[in-house]
Amino acid sequence: MPQPTRIVLPASAKKGEVFQIKTIIQHEMESGFRRNDRGVAIPRHIITSFVVTYAGAEIFRADVFPGVAANPYFAFTTTATETGEVVFTWTDDRGDVTTERRTLTVT
Amino acid sequence: MSNEPATTSDTMLTRRALVAGGVAICLVPIASGAAQATPAEMADAIRALTGGTTVKPGRVKLVLPELAENGNIVSLSVNVDSPMTDADHVKSVHIFSEMNPITTLVRFHVSPRAGRNPTLLTNIRLADSQRVTAIAAMSDGSFWSSDANVVVTIAACIDGG
Repeated sequence: MPQPTRIVLPASAKKGEVFQIKTIIQHEMESGFRRNDRGVAIPRHIITSFVVTYAGAEIFRADVFPGVAANPYFAFTTTATETGEVVFTWTDDRGDVTTERRTLTVT
Repeated sequence: MSNEPATTSDTMLTRRALVAGGVAICLVPIASGAAQATPAEMADAIRALTGGTTVKPGRVKLVLPELAENGNIVSLSVNVDSPMTDADHVKSVHIFSEMNPITTLVRFHVSPRAGRNPTLLTNIRLADSQRVTAIAAMSDGSFWSSDANVVVTIAACIDGG
């Protein structure tokens, strides 16, 4: 099931400008190392992969482990090259995929 | 209301017991020897990444708070000193823990399009006070590292607990 996300990036940028993209996705990131009050292990449920493409080219990728905090936050930079779609894809270990798209206009 | 203080005291005891119980849930798996990475495992993981290439200190700067009040969410910033040209750029940044159950916390893959001296941010979990290491893999095959020591007041309950 897709999860709620928040993405911050400019709507437009000058060609060649380096800008920051900030992302957060709501996800429990259950580490698989915790036990409930009866001592039973709580199954792992984490985001394992986060990929960002811009106009078809990969600009950022994270391999995510249980050591990343709940509601994974990532911020990174990229260069404005052309007007195009920025696609954000989070995949978790149950095969749930969340995809978000934003259009960046390059002037 | 002569029994008022007694009631208050009972309540406080109950709350104390609850808190103690919560801590116990956290700690039981540690006592039962749940998986925890060690500095040696971190060294192994770094060797697996570098293939034995010497890791030099510098060019990458890992920033973590010196004191983390809550190990469940610790803000991490890593900055790499690189021109990010096609010929000379950072390919990936790897964050290692020597005390968490899994030594690799997160890996970032970037391209020259990240721009000069890129900074990457995320939030990590820390199971205990420890040293965290960032290793940057450069396009020329060199590896650079940066360490940060963090004192964790409330450990993330991921140590098996």
